[in-house]
Amino acid sequence: MSNQKYLIRGANLLGEETADILVADGTIARIGQGIEADGADVVEAQGLVALPGLVDVHTHLREPGREDAETVETGTRAAAAGGYTAVCAMANSNPVADTAGLVEQVWELGRQAGWADVHPIGAVTVGLEGERLSEIGAMADSRAAVRMFSDDGKCVHNAVLMRRALEYVKTFDGVVAQHAQEPLLTDGAQMNEGSVSADLGLAGWPAVAEEAIIARDVLLAQHVGSRVHICHVSTQGSVEIIRWAKQRGVDVTAEVTPHHLLLTDESVRSYDPVYKVNPPLRTREDVEALRDAVADGTIDVVGTDHAPHPVEAKECEWACAAMGMTGLETALSIVQQTLVETGRIGWGDVARIMSTEPARIARIDDQGRPLAEGEPANIVLVDPAAHRVVEPEKHQSKGRNSPYRSLEIPGAVQATFFKGHPTVLDGHINTPRALVAQAD
Amino acid sequence: MKHLLDTRDLSLEEAVQVLDTADSMAEVGTREVKKLPALRGRTVVNLFFEDSTRTRISFETAEKRLSADVINFAAKGSSVSKGESLKDTAQTLEAINADAIVIRHPASGAPARLASSGWISSPVINAGDGTHAHPTQALLDAMTLRQHRSRLDGRPTQGSDLRGMRVALVGDVLHSRVARSNVWLLSLLGAHVTLVSPPTLLPVGIEDWPVEVRYSLDEAMAQELDAIMMLRIQRERMHAAFFPSSEEYARLWGLTPERLALLDSRGAETAILHPGPMNRGLEISSAAADSPRSLVLDQVTNGVSVRMSVLYHLMTGPQEQDRIPALQRTS
Repeated sequence: MSNQKYLIRGANLLGEETADILVADGTIARIGQGIEADGADVVEAQGLVALPGLVDVHTHLREPGREDAETVETGTRAAAAGGYTAVCAMANSNPVADTAGLVEQVWELGRQAGWADVHPIGAVTVGLEGERLSEIGAMADSRAAVRMFSDDGKCVHNAVLMRRALEYVKTFDGVVAQHAQEPLLTDGAQMNEGSVSADLGLAGWPAVAEEAIIARDVLLAQHVGSRVHICHVSTQGSVEIIRWAKQRGVDVTAEVTPHHLLLTDESVRSYDPVYKVNPPLRTREDVEALRDAVADGTIDVVGTDHAPHPVEAKECEWACAAMGMTGLETALSIVQQTLVETGRIGWGDVARIMSTEPARIARIDDQGRPLAEGEPANIVLVDPAAHRVVEPEKHQSKGRNSPYRSLEIPGAVQATFFKGHPTVLDGHINTPRALVAQAD
Repeated sequence: MKHLLDTRDLSLEEAVQVLDTADSMAEVGTREVKKLPALRGRTVVNLFFEDSTRTRISFETAEKRLSADVINFAAKGSSVSKGESLKDTAQTLEAINADAIVIRHPASGAPARLASSGWISSPVINAGDGTHAHPTQALLDAMTLRQHRSRLDGRPTQGSDLRGMRVALVGDVLHSRVARSNVWLLSLLGAHVTLVSPPTLLPVGIEDWPVEVRYSLDEAMAQELDAIMMLRIQRERMHAAFFPSSEEYARLWGLTPERLALLDSRGAETAILHPGPMNRGLEISSAAADSPRSLVLDQVTNGVSVRMSVLYHLMTGPQEQDRIPALQRTS
């Protein structure tokens, strides 16, 4: 156990009341006014908003297999820089995370790195091939204790297999996170199908290809009484289907990415592949519908879909560029810009959609906890008055494919406490939490 | 005008100017010595990532008639197939001091990437990119349409636009860069454009395009048309459920001998255009392709003139342009 104590002075808890927070032994020892603590390092937090450490249900750490794009070390360092204390690592590594051995390897790499908890997501089907179920039970029972399963990057498009997966994960209170994309309707698709794709001559990715799968899956989840999570919802129609399903009592949760809350397919007119992402950037109407859906609770969480790529994967023609954008180090700012500053939600809601609910969906018990005495000291301090210009070269991620390059965005993470250890301090990346100090 | 990427970037004045210069260039092609010194000592690279004998020969002829040094770079197998990247190819051409790059590429937007990436500084001319744009094709079509009207009403082509002309583009609009570039250019020049296509081969989201859309060719042809432009049907479309069979396509959307006869019986002055290569018996019958209405070979001839004009405008400054007597504007 580290004996290091930190006294966070004058932080604005969830943007509401101002209090001091004493962090000791990896937990929140005290919260109150005018706390004095001998030997504690003082972190002045006047004007900063304190939130529970952020939890990302949708991160691509690329290890094993594409360590040139990202590693568990660099990806979790990026997570810490963005205010995250836990990330769920998607299964589309190489080899695919479809065995207990592999998810334990990724989990262990996360433990060694010490920047944030890494909770591997297990593949639903072997090799993401959509043909037979992977060893879901073994992954659930492994040290990684996997509860979330996804073929993200590919859709579990076989309706029978999806039904079986939804049923099977109930054994462990698990959830299937669906990448909703009807494959035949999106064969060769390059961007949102609409007026911009018509002009640009790029093959269209129609909204219906997402909405049809979501409609099917909420009905399947209702039929078998299972939990289903919809990854990166991107269209107005999807929002309406999920809203309808929730009204009917279907146990569905939904996620939106920061980029789908801000950017539209108009950006594609540049043909700059930094804007190439799956699902694609949609229209202004979709963006507005997604923002409203977060505000009214139809969409439960923000997931980054952080997808780092090496430079050469984006420095090419649109059609041969890789899909995906980085997001861990900008997510909180984009949420502030699109949801808080537009008056749709407050900081308490930010804590809900970026920490509490993600942890609940992924069944991570020690994350997404309230800022209260006795809780794990996973805390992020954000300066909402700050403004910064995005320079991807300065990011902790290996990926330079941020769509916000040169944009001025609001908010800056000043400190991240991960189980009592400051992984970010004074606005700069600090040190990882030492493994020897871990009790778990 | 630094590059020519898309007809959408052209102003009306620029478009008319390019066409006027092309008329002057056409005269060069009728001389015994078919050459101007305009680009002497300049190097033009024809960078073709996709096979295209017709467009490449047209550009090469245009470049040689302007006395440019021509390098043909057949880079089939781009980064799409893990060959050399577009960036490396572009920087190689920059390093050998190419003065202009003519690019044909199967990926929509590749010329725009080349022009905006900072990899090269020379002008980029789009010779067809994916299903996006083919601006010199649209310019040669406009030149052909302008000549057609001039033959009918006796007015000179110089300085004129296409106001009042009615043109139907028939066929696979969805996959056609020719159609897209023509939609923007012909409407810019004032023509009324009708797209005629099976609904499967129209892009979703064209409500804002300055066109009329019809599914029925017979309905479109019931109106007076100055020209019908038939678009090529690619062989690979036939097995992707865009239409049930090539026979049905030809029957419903082909320029059949019967539809040709209908034009003749009406005494219409409708011209027939096709960007080539033609699928005789599919989108166009031999009777139509070989009829006196067909301006297909005029299009080929005009292609050289239009490309000379574009190269000339992009690669020479105003002072150099004044030194070529054949090109001094009458105004």
